[in-house]
Amino acid sequence: MDDLSRFKQTYFDESAELLAVAEAGLLRLAPGEIDMDEVNAIFRAVHSIKGGGGAFGFNDLVAFAHEFETVMDGVRNAEIPVTTQLVDTLIRANDVLARLLAHAADETDAPDGTTDETVAALRRFLGKAEAPAEEPPPAPAGTLYPDDEDDEAGIFGDALAAIQAARDDQPSPPISGPVPEGKVRWTIVFRPKAELLLSGNEPTYMLRALRRLGDAEVVCHLDKLPSLRDLDAELLHLSWTVTLLADPQIDRAQIDDVFEFVADDCDIRISAEAPPPAVIQAAEPLPAANLPEPAAPASAPAATAPATTSGSPGAAKAGDGAKRSNGSGTSGDHSGPTTHTIRVDLDKIDRLVNMVGEMVITQAMIAEHLRDLPPGQFQELLEGLESLAQHTRELRESVMSIRAQPVSSVFSRMPRLVRECAAATGKEVMLVTSGETTEVDKTVVENLVDPLTHMIRNSIDHGLEGPEERERIGKPRAGTVHLSAAHRSGRIVIEVTDDGRGINRAKVLSKAIEKGLVQPGATMSDEEIDHLIFLPGFSTADQVSNLSGRGVGMDVVRRNISSLGGRIGVYSTPGEGSRFVLSLPLTLAVLDGMVISVGEERFVLPLTNIVESLRPKPADLHGLVNKCDVMMARGEYVRLVHLHRLFGIPKAIDDATQGLVVLVETEDGSRLGLVVDEVLGQQQVVIKSLEANFRRLDGVAAATILGDGRVALILDVAGLREMSRHGAGNGNGAGGATPPSPSLPAPADRSDQRQRQTV
Amino acid sequence: MSSSTAIATVNSRTDLQTTGGIANGTEEQYVTFTVGSEEYGVNILAVREIRGWTPESRLPNLPDYVRGVINLRGIIIPIFDLRARFGGGPTQVTKRHVVVVMQVGERTRGILVDAISDILAIGHDAIKPPPDVDSGLIDAEYLSGLYTADDRMVTLLNVEKLFAGEHVDQDAAPRAPALETT
Repeated sequence: MDDLSRFKQTYFDESAELLAVAEAGLLRLAPGEIDMDEVNAIFRAVHSIKGGGGAFGFNDLVAFAHEFETVMDGVRNAEIPVTTQLVDTLIRANDVLARLLAHAADETDAPDGTTDETVAALRRFLGKAEAPAEEPPPAPAGTLYPDDEDDEAGIFGDALAAIQAARDDQPSPPISGPVPEGKVRWTIVFRPKAELLLSGNEPTYMLRALRRLGDAEVVCHLDKLPSLRDLDAELLHLSWTVTLLADPQIDRAQIDDVFEFVADDCDIRISAEAPPPAVIQAAEPLPAANLPEPAAPASAPAATAPATTSGSPGAAKAGDGAKRSNGSGTSGDHSGPTTHTIRVDLDKIDRLVNMVGEMVITQAMIAEHLRDLPPGQFQELLEGLESLAQHTRELRESVMSIRAQPVSSVFSRMPRLVRECAAATGKEVMLVTSGETTEVDKTVVENLVDPLTHMIRNSIDHGLEGPEERERIGKPRAGTVHLSAAHRSGRIVIEVTDDGRGINRAKVLSKAIEKGLVQPGATMSDEEIDHLIFLPGFSTADQVSNLSGRGVGMDVVRRNISSLGGRIGVYSTPGEGSRFVLSLPLTLAVLDGMVISVGEERFVLPLTNIVESLRPKPADLHGLVNKCDVMMARGEYVRLVHLHRLFGIPKAIDDATQGLVVLVETEDGSRLGLVVDEVLGQQQVVIKSLEANFRRLDGVAAATILGDGRVALILDVAGLREMSRHGAGNGNGAGGATPPSPSLPAPADRSDQRQRQTV
Repeated sequence: MSSSTAIATVNSRTDLQTTGGIANGTEEQYVTFTVGSEEYGVNILAVREIRGWTPESRLPNLPDYVRGVINLRGIIIPIFDLRARFGGGPTQVTKRHVVVVMQVGERTRGILVDAISDILAIGHDAIKPPPDVDSGLIDAEYLSGLYTADDRMVTLLNVEKLFAGEHVDQDAAPRAPALETT
């Protein structure tokens, strides 16, 4: 790989990230909700792609990025109004840019006309805003000190208006007179102290920053200007009154921000004036975005008659302190936050993870050998081993945290999906996300994209009703899809909830019968019917749409999730909506486990599942209708599951009072008592795949290698519960005994299978 | 790991090179081994290594020919008992039993046999088709042919078909709805 191609690769990597940033920003962009930070971020992203592309001579790409950037610049300078069409076009432009990048990466030429349509669409927006054709180009991002002498910021205010009018025929915005609808008029009286310039501040920038917030009219007061003879060029003798006509989401904090550095050196009075009511009605349902609440309109009605908040801006600043962090970047700071990160090849990290895994095994091996040493004699060695164990654990955690990523990288792709699905189905959908910062291993994150895509599509297409229907039944027109992530007992739990019509069980059942997935006349519980949607080939859609209905969806979701060692559940209430719950392991590499023995076999129980282990007294044990053993543990009856019976292990202890009961808990909080022979000790184990060379087994999450080099199976507590549950169901023959999860063949089936195969 | 001993590591590539003069396109090499009194052969290209028996960890609720899993230098591979696979009941293992580690597609798996007997270069023409047997008696699917070495009969196995049942299992598991009515 020569030097240039290495730089190219970095450029493409970075561009991919920048495109994602731009797309996320674009999706949050909505009419009337312009967050300048977002706009600037998009602009910067496109600009960086263009800049890098220029360096490598990707001319098509640069030409297109330039068009894109020009429009973004217009948006940034509030010359181009943000409309739905604009956002759509920009998103399309982002896609085109991605395509051009892909072609550049492949070193192929994009087909002619790839960009034409989008360029034309982009130019149409420019056309509207191009009235002031001669307007000097706005300072590019980063160039904070334009050396032109234009009175762009209006430092001399309208004193120069006549001159300016000569070359700038921009239609004068309706600054004075009644405040137009949808705007707020701010009056800012800016009286800097004469010494302002001495501290290196420059009022020009502040005025220019104000202009970015809206249409500004600047009046320069020359009353303090001394005669030429008395003029001290080092001192400032001017003051200004700026009348700013801004969109309502520009709030006080943003204006205060402009004067942040000079607050102590000047006298500023800021007052707001809003038009009569009208403004307040929220334009349209906002997409779920974390845009700052528009503070201005909230205070505006009270201030219909201009209420002047005067005095030290310091006080206002303190009050608005919380908002400051998301205040717009108008103070001239266009450089993104500097983060101290490095780019590392994933292979290197994986090698590190593997190495740590081997180290954990070796450490366990040493520990196992040293256990046989006579106690007391090798105290220092044992202490050393103890701290080695501690360090290994920390090392493991640090390494795993390198691979951990917030789920936001997946969640951020969903607004776009929702937007497209909503458009395709004609439904109004609001996506609410929470817990985006929840971190989970990179592999898990990557493998979440497909299942979540399917699930959200499914929720919109099947779950949510159309707007008219929703109105008729008294729900808000727009349906809500809630996507959340959280850590729960060592796993990550992701939920997709909609407030739609819920699963139509009658329809699901009849479709399942129609497709031969269930035999007619089957009696099934609601929960079992709900789970039918995970069967391959199942679809209730009457018509195959672009989105869904082909019957490949939820079974794929289920398969993807279980290949990650996860589970999926569905909870539905007719008329109120459905909730899909995914539960996944945080990492696919290492876990803390308890080694237990049953007969001659050893197993590992994930520590997160274990509540306690105890040896029951005979009085604690009871038989439940002769089919199932229960145990009284801390005032609660817990079902006992004999692991050796479930797994057919010979030479194991059957009597729980002779062995041990490990009380385990699944993520949904249900408890179970596992009867085992012995608990051998706690240990970190490296998760090894059983599926890589074999296949998944019921009740087994994965495998691991113990200190003596032997393989032990890591138990899947929820899977064990399912196995034992329908084992008991078959035993008493009541209630249909349909396994709730189709992935678990009934034990009867399995013994048939065994006979068949051993013939 | 440390307790296991590799008896021989057959590197198929070097073997091919050394025997390049002999194997002229129509000849392929087979590793043959015994199970009871019968001799079987598998294509040497599928064989990764041959190792002595190390105790396995059992897997629950599987047919008896799935012996269990072992640790092969950090990866976990299943061991199939060839005797049990052919209906002879589980093998009573001793230290002299041998595991033939094979690469089948993407997967690595081992088969437990009694002993390795030979490496044979077998020409295509010398392989006779398996006789027409009752398919209920023997699943002829995994037999790729018969070969006569001196006076012994070697049954050549198609390893991919031999483990095909496991692939089916794997795919069928999520599919089998097992929804029956009462």
